[in-house]
Amino acid sequence: MSSLIEAREVTKRFGGGLLQANASVALDGFSLAIEASPASITAVVGESGSGKTTLGRLLLGLTAPSEGQVLYRGKDTRALSTRERRQFHRDVQAIFQDPYEVFNPFYKVDHVLEVPAIKFGLAPSRKAARKLIEQALSEVGLRPEETLGRHPHQLSGGQRQRIMVARALLMRPKLIVADEPVSMVDASLRATILEMLRRLNQEYGISLVYITHDLTTAYQISQNVIVLYRGSVAEAGDVEKVVKEPAHPYTQLLIGSIPLPDPDRPWQPLMTRAESAEPHGAGCKFAPRCPFADVTDPRCRQVEPPFFKPEPRRVVSCYRLRSSPTVPHQDLTKVLSEPGDLTDSTLGLNPSAAAG
Amino acid sequence: MNSAQTIDLPEAAPLLAPVVLQIQDLRVHFETAGGPVKAVDGVSFQLRERQKLGLVGESGSGKSTVALALMRLIRPPGRIVSGRIDLEGNNLLDLTEERMRRVRLARISLVTQGAMNSLNPVLRVRDQVRDGLKDHDERFSVQEFKVRLDHLLDRVGLSRRVASMFPHELSGGMKQRVCIAIAISLRPKVIIADEPTSALDVLFQRQIMETLRSVQDELGAASILIGHDMGLMAQAVDTVGVMYAGKLVEVGAVRDVFAEPLHPYTQALIGSLPSLERKAQMLPIAGSPPSLLNRPAAAPFAPRCPVALARCALEDPPLREIRPNHWVACHLY
Repeated sequence: MSSLIEAREVTKRFGGGLLQANASVALDGFSLAIEASPASITAVVGESGSGKTTLGRLLLGLTAPSEGQVLYRGKDTRALSTRERRQFHRDVQAIFQDPYEVFNPFYKVDHVLEVPAIKFGLAPSRKAARKLIEQALSEVGLRPEETLGRHPHQLSGGQRQRIMVARALLMRPKLIVADEPVSMVDASLRATILEMLRRLNQEYGISLVYITHDLTTAYQISQNVIVLYRGSVAEAGDVEKVVKEPAHPYTQLLIGSIPLPDPDRPWQPLMTRAESAEPHGAGCKFAPRCPFADVTDPRCRQVEPPFFKPEPRRVVSCYRLRSSPTVPHQDLTKVLSEPGDLTDSTLGLNPSAAAG
Repeated sequence: MNSAQTIDLPEAAPLLAPVVLQIQDLRVHFETAGGPVKAVDGVSFQLRERQKLGLVGESGSGKSTVALALMRLIRPPGRIVSGRIDLEGNNLLDLTEERMRRVRLARISLVTQGAMNSLNPVLRVRDQVRDGLKDHDERFSVQEFKVRLDHLLDRVGLSRRVASMFPHELSGGMKQRVCIAIAISLRPKVIIADEPTSALDVLFQRQIMETLRSVQDELGAASILIGHDMGLMAQAVDTVGVMYAGKLVEVGAVRDVFAEPLHPYTQALIGSLPSLERKAQMLPIAGSPPSLLNRPAAAPFAPRCPVALARCALEDPPLREIRPNHWVACHLY
């Protein structure tokens, strides 16, 4: 059976004109499939410019790939019939970073809930639709009587974000793509919204692609994590392993920069080179900032490293793991669905920069 | 009258270091049709040379309003209603607007979250720095300025080539460093950083915090870091003040506050942090902050507090020193 949604060797370029000489590559030959069941949570982590938002937009069908395909139930999203497209937009829902921008300020908040309820025929009558809406609001901890009938500016950011979660819930989708859903809210609200997403996954069997720059929340809610760097996968695998024993120098840097809430465990010295404004040449995209480039392998500056697979359910795009077998980029999904190694393997790369 | 009492912030900064900033019973109100919104409601603390204070709280707790009040940048309908802000012995609230303009940047400077977007898009970095200096009647030759600029860029970890670049050629992290360079260009005694990194990735966040720390140490200045992330506070400050509904509810050395958070709100803030060590339920703080309009005489956190006493609904607890150098406003103690 075909996957719910699949990115197949997708490349997305922006700008560059006819000859694409100056095009910037937002996503570079990326493959990933998400199944409707069992419901999974996959985190996509990266800094700004890593391509993580572009990936989200591709999965949502909001932008078309420059190369490769995005498939919905085995069919190219560009070739869907009207009916299939409608089903696609119902099955795959989005939650965005800024819960203000998605509201039309002229309409009451009821609008964002009523339109899908009616358009997708979720309820036979207005009255039944209203009931569904109230139920969805209650499920995200909002009181319908205090929420409905209001305009977006009369609600707090947290309430607005919860309405978006309620909307996603109302549609009973198979997949939610959540792009930085908590990066603009306070710590307390962050916990509330993440717990809700976790519940959507566990209680309603909805898969989740959680896009973030924050490895800590990714660790908390996901099973697998994909670390993107400038449009390519730096490392991917079981979140427990990646966070506890990061293998790619970039992942190590990210984890070493997380401020631990413990004054007695200060940041350890960083292993990186200064940020440079220069474009990278051939070879590994991380090489200009990598403390190990050049000493590791001459290919660091010549050929982009393939996926090395040092253990089950983990790939690392770094020549430091060159003694491990390689796997093609298209096999990312296959690797991520492996049972994973439960023994404490040691890759022998764990540096002081890693947490813990 | 406890709220007017000045709290001597403990720790790291040698206790003998001179006090540079002293704030007493600061109150900032915003006038609305429904009455005054008390955004800052009687905040007092003092800051010594080299001290690093973190002000932490949810949005709406008044932490950013404190920063703006210290710079005297509160705009109508907001108004500083009462209090004193003594910077090196002068009450900033007594200064004329023109004198205050000279104090800003030169004696006390502010880096905000949006600072990097406040750079002039059509000026090179060099000219933006020069403008700040000229505004304060600093006189210098071309050669002197170059030396000074190079030194500033070195200090914030930017290549000297950046001097001739425009803001759009720089990344967010680099722009924020330019803002820090401008903020320290006149060697202020107090540097305020209001969520300077919340729009940045963890990596840039860390680099910016380390840059701030090193320039502060070099200047011997005091700093105030404003934010909502307790994790960042643990890494970046030596003293932490927790704000809730316009008041300080807990103040202490960062180690003491993390080792033994006294106020239920501080406990909840720390409890809501996601861990990197084990997967566990993050505990949200139920409810939402109170309206700052027509506030009753009650402990502001009481409606959300899991251990509230009957007394909390009747009486607002003052900030008291419960442990040595560890202050809390809570009826439990």
